[in-house]
Amino acid sequence: MSILQTGLEHLETEEAYAEALATNENVMICCGRMGPMCLPVYDIMESIRDDYAHVAFRDMPFDSEVGMRTIRSLPETRSFMGLPFTVYYKNGKVVAATSSIQTMDQVTGILDQQFGAEG
Amino acid sequence: MSAMSTDYDILILGAGPAGLTAGIYAARAKRSVMILDTGTVGGQTVLTEVVANYPGVTDTTGRALSQTMLEQAKSFGCEVKAFARIAEVDLTGTTKSVTLKNGTTYTARAVVVATGGVPRKLGVEGEDRFVGQGISYCATCDGDFFTGRPIAVIGGGNSALEEAVSLSRFASRITIVHEFDHFQAEPWIIAEAQADEKITFLMNQKVLGFAGESGLQTVRSQDKASGVVTETAVDGCFVFIGYVPNSAAFEGQLKLTDRGEIVADEELRTSLPGVFAAGDVRNKRIRQITTAVADGTVAALAALEYLSEAGE
Repeated sequence: MSILQTGLEHLETEEAYAEALATNENVMICCGRMGPMCLPVYDIMESIRDDYAHVAFRDMPFDSEVGMRTIRSLPETRSFMGLPFTVYYKNGKVVAATSSIQTMDQVTGILDQQFGAEG
Repeated sequence: MSAMSTDYDILILGAGPAGLTAGIYAARAKRSVMILDTGTVGGQTVLTEVVANYPGVTDTTGRALSQTMLEQAKSFGCEVKAFARIAEVDLTGTTKSVTLKNGTTYTARAVVVATGGVPRKLGVEGEDRFVGQGISYCATCDGDFFTGRPIAVIGGGNSALEEAVSLSRFASRITIVHEFDHFQAEPWIIAEAQADEKITFLMNQKVLGFAGESGLQTVRSQDKASGVVTETAVDGCFVFIGYVPNSAAFEGQLKLTDRGEIVADEELRTSLPGVFAAGDVRNKRIRQITTAVADGTVAALAALEYLSEAGE
């Protein structure tokens, strides 16, 4: 069983991470724990994924090898000191990254700006 | 955009402990109930890592407790919609309405407002910029980022002092910055904080702002009596200065206190007939999960009585 008990697809290996970026134009990954600041962000992702069918929503355990080697090693997250780390990719490149809890408006604001509004 | 209208006996705004409890009572009385929340189910409870003082449950998480309440509410027939994008609320008429941004309108003869609150911010320079990059509102979540580093904790109530003591196992040094010359916390936690060798106190301070390059480096505050400005060097700052009620949507419709809390009587009736307030959004002193649950019960029963008296 995954550390992350969410309804999202989990990225638990570097291969899965690479595949998610290679096979999807728009990707949002929330790297966190099952803690108070992370849970609302997973909930937001689950609640909007049908409206944003053009975006692949994934989560990743923060305390994991894949987390350390990928999202936690990005230059964009170097100064982050608040869970979760949420990163948005377009064509495999980071286009936005946030640290700490986010609201629905903050998440959809980035999605709309970077990937286009919900379909 | 297609407009749709759905009518219920009772609309509940907010899916925290107060709203979910109101839903359980109202739906169990065979009323049709819709609970709407602009955020996740559970409200502020979800942000609580460990709940140890909820009677009947020895040790649980805020998330787990909320999920149980949600399942209970649904089991009695409550409909629940989280992350509802509310565009307009009209509580003034006999029939109350809530319209979402997608055009869907929910109507009811009675409404329970249980929209809770959000952590209060200082509203000073640099605060928004450093959230997640030094400023945090959750010690449990972010404490380990500051292992061996100096931090500040802002606030002087139970939450601030309890979190300062818990952060002491991570941080190298903790400066508690508080706006008064005395604490509002209970004596036992004040004593615990004062006994902690890592913790020092900067009292009677007005926080002026936060500064740093790529991350937070200083908290700037001013002594309210002497005017002396202090720059405290820190890598992190945890802010625990209470909550503000989520009542902006009701301004001009419901009577609010000067702190924005909804004014309600013993039966949790507000200034408008058919509208009841429960939980952290209303005027009261003690804000706990237990008091929210009690409010939800009272508000639901009052709403049921209101509907019966109205012949509904």
